Amino acid sequence: MARHRILIVEDSPTMRQLLVFALKRLKEVEIVEAQDGMDGLRKVSSDHFDLALIDINMPVMDGLKLISLIRGEDNLRSMPIIVITTEGANEDRERALALGANEYLTKPIQANRVLRVAQSLLKAE
Amino acid sequence: MAERREGLFGRAEEVLSLFRRGAEFTQELLKENERLRRQVLDYQSQQLAASSSTEWEKLRQDLLTRIHSLEGERDDMLERLRQIEGENQHFAERYLEIEEENNNLASLYVASFQLHSTLDLSEVVQIVVEIVINLIGAEVFAIYILDERTGVLSPVASEGRPVSDFAACELGKGLVGASVATGETQCGDASAPEDPTSPIVCVPLRVQERPIGAIAIHKLLQQKDGFTALDHELFTLLAGHAATAVFAARLYSQSERKLNTIQGFIDLLTK
Repeated sequence: MARHRILIVEDSPTMRQLLVFALKRLKEVEIVEAQDGMDGLRKVSSDHFDLALIDINMPVMDGLKLISLIRGEDNLRSMPIIVITTEGANEDRERALALGANEYLTKPIQANRVLRVAQSLLKAE
Repeated sequence: MAERREGLFGRAEEVLSLFRRGAEFTQELLKENERLRRQVLDYQSQQLAASSSTEWEKLRQDLLTRIHSLEGERDDMLERLRQIEGENQHFAERYLEIEEENNNLASLYVASFQLHSTLDLSEVVQIVVEIVINLIGAEVFAIYILDERTGVLSPVASEGRPVSDFAACELGKGLVGASVATGETQCGDASAPEDPTSPIVCVPLRVQERPIGAIAIHKLLQQKDGFTALDHELFTLLAGHAATAVFAARLYSQSERKLNTIQGFIDLLTK
C-alpha cells in the first residue's frame, strides 16, 4: 500500500510524464494524474491526497481557481500544494502563495528540484 | 714474700693492661663495624639510586618512543581524514553531476517518448510546442514545416504570438531558411531583445539530409537566463526526433488517405 498519494494537475502530457518520472523516485508513492483544473477538483474532492502539484495555465479551470477552491474546503486546507508554472513574475508568485500554495516552481523545471520540494513538504506534513 | 707480692701485682697489672687493650680493641672494632655498616648503607642507597635512575631513563625512553609512535599515527589519521574529506568532496560533486545527468536524461527520455507516441501530425506539432515551452523554457517561438514542392517554410504553430506574426520563408534564404538548408542549429544571444524577424535560436528539423522544417525561438521565459547543456541536448534531439516524428506522421497521413481512396475505389467496384 502506498505511503503517500500525490495528485498532478497539468494539461501537458509531456509535463505530466516528466513529473511522474521525477516523483516515482519517492518510495511507496501513488501518483494520480488530472488533465485540467476541473478534473483535478473532482479527484481531490473524492479521494485523499498528501500532496498536489498544480499547473496555473490550464483549460476548463485554471490552477489559481483550483487552489482557491481547495483551500475553501476544511478537509483540504492542510494539503500541501506545489505550483508549477511558466509565469515567473513576482506578482504571480505572490498571488499563488496568497491563495494558499506552499511552493512555487517555474518552468522549465528540473526533476530533482521537484523531488526535493515534494520530499520536504511530505516530511513536514 | 715481698717479691711474691710484687710479682702478683705485676701480673695483675699485666692482666689489667690486657683487659684495657682488649676493651680498646673492642671499642675500635665496634667503631670500625659502625663505619663499615654506614659505608654499606651508603653503597646500598647509591646502588638503589643508580638502579632507579636507569629505570626512569628506560621508562622515559619508552614513553618518548610511544609518543613518537602516537604522533605518527595521528599524522597518518589526519592524512587519511584529509583523503576521506577529499573523496567525500569528490563523491558529492559526482553525485551532483549524476543527478544533473539523470535530470537531463529524464527530460530527453520524456521528450523522445512523447514525440514518438503519435502518428497524428497536429499532435506531433503540439508535443513539439510543449517540449519547447516546458523543457526548454521558450516564451515566443514558431514551428515551421517545409513544403517540398514549393520549397517554402511555413509557420504551422506558435506560442507567445499569433502564427500570422511569423512570416514564411524560402529554403536557403534568411536565418531560418539558411539553417534548414545547411542543417546547422543557429544559436545567438539569449538575452538579446525580441526581434520578430530574427530568432535567437533556429533548430533545423531534418531526417538525414532531407529538410523537414524548423523551430525558431524568439524569446525565452523571463526566469530563464540563458541556454544550458540540456537545452543544447534538446535542440539536437528535436532536430532529429521531431523531424522523424513529423515525417512519419505525414507519411502515415498520406498512406491513410491513399488507403481510403483505394478502399473507396474497391468498394465502388465490388458493389
